[in-house]
Amino acid sequence: SVNPDLASERQTASFSVEKLTVLLDGGTEQTRIRRAVVEAIESDPVFSRENQYFQTQNERYEAAVRKAVHLQKKMHEMGWTENGPEYKYIYRALSGDVAFLLHQVFMRSISVLGSDKQIAKWIPLATQHKLIGSYAQTELGHGTYLQGLETTAVFDTATQEFILNTPKISAMKWWPGDMGRSATHTVVFAQLYIHGKCYGIHPFIVQIRSLQDHSLCPGITAGDIGPKMNFEHIDNGYLLLKNVRIPRENMLSKFCEVRPDGTYVMQGSQKINYFTMTTVRISLISDEVLTPLMKACTIAVRYSAVRRQSKLKPGEQEAKILDYQTQQEKLLPQLAAAYAFHFTNGYLQELFNRGYREIQRKNFDMLPELHALSSGFKAVITQHCTAGVEICLRACGGHGYSLLSGLPSLYTKILASCIYEGENTILLLQTARFLIKCFMAANTGQPVPPSVTYLAAVKHRKCPAKNKLDFLSPDIYTEAYQHVAVRLTSSTAAKLQDLIQSGVKKHDAWNQCTVQLVQAAKAHCHYIAVKNFAETVEKLETKAGIQKIMKHLCDLFALHGIFSNTGAFLHDGYISAAQMDMVTASYLDLLAVIRKDAVPLVDAFDFTDKSLNSALGSYDGQVYQRLYEWAQKSPTNQMSPAYEKYLKPLLHNTLSKL
Amino acid sequence: AAAMSVNADLRRERAAATFQPELLTHILDGGPERTRRRKEIEALVLNDPDFQHEDLNFLSRSQRYEQAIRKSSLMVMKLREYGIADPEEIYWFKSFVHRGRPEPLDLHLGMFLPTLLTQATPEQQDRFFMPAWNLEIIGTYAQTEMGHGTHLRGLETTATYDPSTQEFILNSPTVTSIKWWPGGLGKTSNHAIVLAQLYTQGQCKGLHAFIVPIRQLGTHEPLPGITVGDIGPKFGYDEMDNGYLKMDNFRIPRENMLMKYAQVEPDGTYVKPVSDKLTYGTMVFIRSLIVGDSARSLSRACTIAIRYSAVRHQSELKPGEPEPQILDYQTQQYKLFPLLATAYAFHFVGAYIKDTYHRISGDISTGDLSELPELHALTAGLKAFTSWTANAGIEECRMACGGHGYSRCSGIPDIYVTFTPSCTYEGENTVMMLQTARFLMKSYSQVTSGQKVTGMVSYLNDLSRQRIQPQHVAARTVTMRINDPTSLVEAYKSRAARLVESAAKNLQAELNHRKSKEDAWNRTSVDLVRASEAHCHYVIVKLFTAKLAEVSDAAVHAVLTDLCLLYALFGISRNAGDFLQVGVLTSAQITQVNQHVKELLAVIRPNAVALVDSFDFHDVHLGSVLGRYDGNVYENMFEWAKKSPLNKTQVHESFHKHLKPMQAKL
Repeated sequence: SVNPDLASERQTASFSVEKLTVLLDGGTEQTRIRRAVVEAIESDPVFSRENQYFQTQNERYEAAVRKAVHLQKKMHEMGWTENGPEYKYIYRALSGDVAFLLHQVFMRSISVLGSDKQIAKWIPLATQHKLIGSYAQTELGHGTYLQGLETTAVFDTATQEFILNTPKISAMKWWPGDMGRSATHTVVFAQLYIHGKCYGIHPFIVQIRSLQDHSLCPGITAGDIGPKMNFEHIDNGYLLLKNVRIPRENMLSKFCEVRPDGTYVMQGSQKINYFTMTTVRISLISDEVLTPLMKACTIAVRYSAVRRQSKLKPGEQEAKILDYQTQQEKLLPQLAAAYAFHFTNGYLQELFNRGYREIQRKNFDMLPELHALSSGFKAVITQHCTAGVEICLRACGGHGYSLLSGLPSLYTKILASCIYEGENTILLLQTARFLIKCFMAANTGQPVPPSVTYLAAVKHRKCPAKNKLDFLSPDIYTEAYQHVAVRLTSSTAAKLQDLIQSGVKKHDAWNQCTVQLVQAAKAHCHYIAVKNFAETVEKLETKAGIQKIMKHLCDLFALHGIFSNTGAFLHDGYISAAQMDMVTASYLDLLAVIRKDAVPLVDAFDFTDKSLNSALGSYDGQVYQRLYEWAQKSPTNQMSPAYEKYLKPLLHNTLSKL
Repeated sequence: AAAMSVNADLRRERAAATFQPELLTHILDGGPERTRRRKEIEALVLNDPDFQHEDLNFLSRSQRYEQAIRKSSLMVMKLREYGIADPEEIYWFKSFVHRGRPEPLDLHLGMFLPTLLTQATPEQQDRFFMPAWNLEIIGTYAQTEMGHGTHLRGLETTATYDPSTQEFILNSPTVTSIKWWPGGLGKTSNHAIVLAQLYTQGQCKGLHAFIVPIRQLGTHEPLPGITVGDIGPKFGYDEMDNGYLKMDNFRIPRENMLMKYAQVEPDGTYVKPVSDKLTYGTMVFIRSLIVGDSARSLSRACTIAIRYSAVRHQSELKPGEPEPQILDYQTQQYKLFPLLATAYAFHFVGAYIKDTYHRISGDISTGDLSELPELHALTAGLKAFTSWTANAGIEECRMACGGHGYSRCSGIPDIYVTFTPSCTYEGENTVMMLQTARFLMKSYSQVTSGQKVTGMVSYLNDLSRQRIQPQHVAARTVTMRINDPTSLVEAYKSRAARLVESAAKNLQAELNHRKSKEDAWNRTSVDLVRASEAHCHYVIVKLFTAKLAEVSDAAVHAVLTDLCLLYALFGISRNAGDFLQVGVLTSAQITQVNQHVKELLAVIRPNAVALVDSFDFHDVHLGSVLGRYDGNVYENMFEWAKKSPLNKTQVHESFHKHLKPMQAKL
């Protein structure tokens, strides 16, 4: 039965939870399909994650491989295909606990970078799992900065082969998923040399393991890179190549080809390829970043409604910890951020779909803007959500640290997203470069992309708010965010110009301004997120209380951003000290309002108990019973060799002589 | 591998330092003699083959526990063999043996034995202390329950006195009352000091401590009526068997209640304790340890990140030139150097609390407890402030190491998971901040009622002066000398004063609107936490600044002054809103601060590696491939990875079990 403390929270919801779920899914049909996929996966014991917290790295890896193999069977049984509407829900239903994810990346890179002939040869083999692919880009010594990669591929005209080598230890491929144990093939990125001349980084298909007995091919050294903070189920690997020869046809050659005589030919535009890379940053936001934050919020909010601690009023029962202002101040802004970024993600998806259609028509005008937005938002959202999950973890007191709470593994997994697909600081600096360029252009009257036209608009010099209720007006706070973004961009641009005019070299000037540039890029993204949230709320249907609660969350998201970064808004007096007190007052009032709907708001994320895999976050709120029963299944309670070997001698005689 | 020379980048960094790292190490240790002794103890452990073992990253949880218990048993014997008895020296020995990680006897040595010493009667000490000293009895301290942590009065375990048999009957009446989390309880201990609500003659007398045997001596099997076990895997603490304990009508003799203070007589008559202030002492002591631990954990993470940033080359700063050390990027310096300064600040704060505690403990025995409430209030806040900051700082260091920081070979994941629970244990941080706030509010109301307050809160006295002379209120902005730490202390002081005042006024406003005190307190708690943070921040800047006066070597003084300035100015930059909102600083001053922070980064840059070398962590203790003293990172990452469990066989068994059959079928 449901814990009465949770049941009572649900009775007072101000909106229809089901309607909100449908809104998040994007329609009733989507909700239906998603639930069907989740049901099919979760009812199959092979996909169970119940024991994952007790398993070793080896066991986790084996389970992931077993699941990946079983998934093929399942998809066949269910009639799901890779182009079907169910496909995108499978990963979510598995909570990512499955091997061969890089196999998809392997296939995608062949589709994008390969010639028609190469696609015809490799894709069917990969689809039928005749081979298992990986994607080997990052090296021990190089990550985000691709030009620095050191692996070499030298063309040998005599044999019509490329000779691949890892010339030094820092050039070893390091981190690629599925490569440590599973993959038979991989796409290796290497510096291409023809007749002694370097042509830069190119992709090559390299077989690394035998298709017969899985042993390593000649010249290949490969293995697992060892334990990490998470991803124990994935065999991230290393790869060392020593005079490995591959046929000329194995260089992926949609854009550049090496002719038999060693002539290097470029063909077509790389811009589409560039667009694909940019899309990857956006595609990870939903499953890898928003889902973990939503799960963490679900666990922490439900637990906070069940956990009672200390007293708010003498003589009464101990209070739910969700009733403490400090607890609300930790959790509710995270909940608001989860919704805010869900809508940001929708905005970006739409923009990218439009960009894709334009690019199909050979119009590449949108590319710089898309690149800037995807870089900036990848950084801002991953950083914000990672911090949010950690806040949820620590808001659960001691029990948050138990793996059985589900929170530690959500945290250690999401935080990798701050690094992969581009390190966040570097990405923010790319966005900043775009902003500075557009700012300069806008101020000399040149046209700029829509997302940055505001950089040239005329602004209020002071925030017009008169009382705390004014700060619940989207116009007021959106304007404030816009003001800060403009101020940070323009002051950094001015500083850059000053430095350059005073004789500092361009790159030195840039490095000296990078701390400010990062702040400007963040402010830009934050402004767009707030603006988009406010505009989305405006368009929502007013029925079933949805718009009202979303408006509250939008206000909270915006005011929390001001409250936790007061310096930026006070700096030039745009918001005065007295107005900042109004912001604080409105912000704290909102916490109490949203508190009432906190549990329904996380219920709307619609995670099943199996998917949360948490003793603290289950729908029925039977926290303590579940924690107790689950802990007893821990292998540490099955056997303890330490007693016979060490404790017994210790307790019995070893020390009695002292 | 032993012949490998020091990486050229690191050699250059060390040669360019403007000061001698050893001299700074001496300051951190508390004198050259302390440094010498620490290294002597370190060598005892590191040269002892008994304490060698496989890299813990490759062991399962059970194996880690086993290694830890093996080393702990040896440790206890060797400490006695070497005659090491000074608490600090024991601490060093222990942290070298366990490489800064927890171990299953922590609670026995750190809580069970000391509690016997302070709370047991002489008769009880005769029965329990020597067996416990000789480890025939291994004990733990069972306080936290599944349903209750920091709020002790809510604990539900009961101990009901039965005069007919002169026994206490212990019970865990609900699921939530099951003891949960105590270290060493799951598998190691055969006794526990259990905190339970005492019932005698039909009345509840509140929480009391009882010595409860839980496992059979000899077989180590749980006793009838006792359910005990391990609570399962956690975020770190793999070597610790945190446990659960459920008691069903479990009887212990009357003499097992710790009765130095409160007593239950044979007929069930309850005798009240004289004073409960004394328990403050232990809490202050433990919190001072956490402050020190914040400093050390952050120092380790900084050492790793800064050395690695000096070795790692990436991208380009100047077109056409070789890839620069990532430590040359302003954004990287901005991530790491303020944390380095913070680590130093926390070292000095930890030392200050420890010294103050020892000074006051002297007073306790002579009966002067007047400073204890303030120290208690202050350490609660500082425990929270330093552990929150260090926790976030360790993560920033890890992120600053890019992808490799995420590998367990970097050592930072382990530092993080070992450290992060300190935000919760020994008092949840938000609750701690609110305790400090309570003291601040009390001090503020004393000031407003015309009394003077002393100690770290004495700045509140100035507020009342300003009220008497209202003309001063308008001119609140301080003249700030940006290169003078004492001037920055004044800025922090004003900020703290304003925020305490503003929280107090908001609290009063809530009280005017509402009935209950508790409700008003709750509705002001976000402000109250903010005031406490400002107070703690002021104390830290003040203590760091004061420390500078004690440094005699000019070169060390110069570099510590740079760090102190960076700590103070970075704090202003990050909390600019506070300083602006309360009118302590102007926007122009903030702009100046922001600029000076960046200039200081460049000033500190040449000394960065020497500053982490001064922490003097041995490679074994550091446990990081990225942070090695010799900087030979990549070669050793490869060596390390080869030992991974997944690499035990060339072809993993899952190939034969799953992959091959699938390929055959498709």
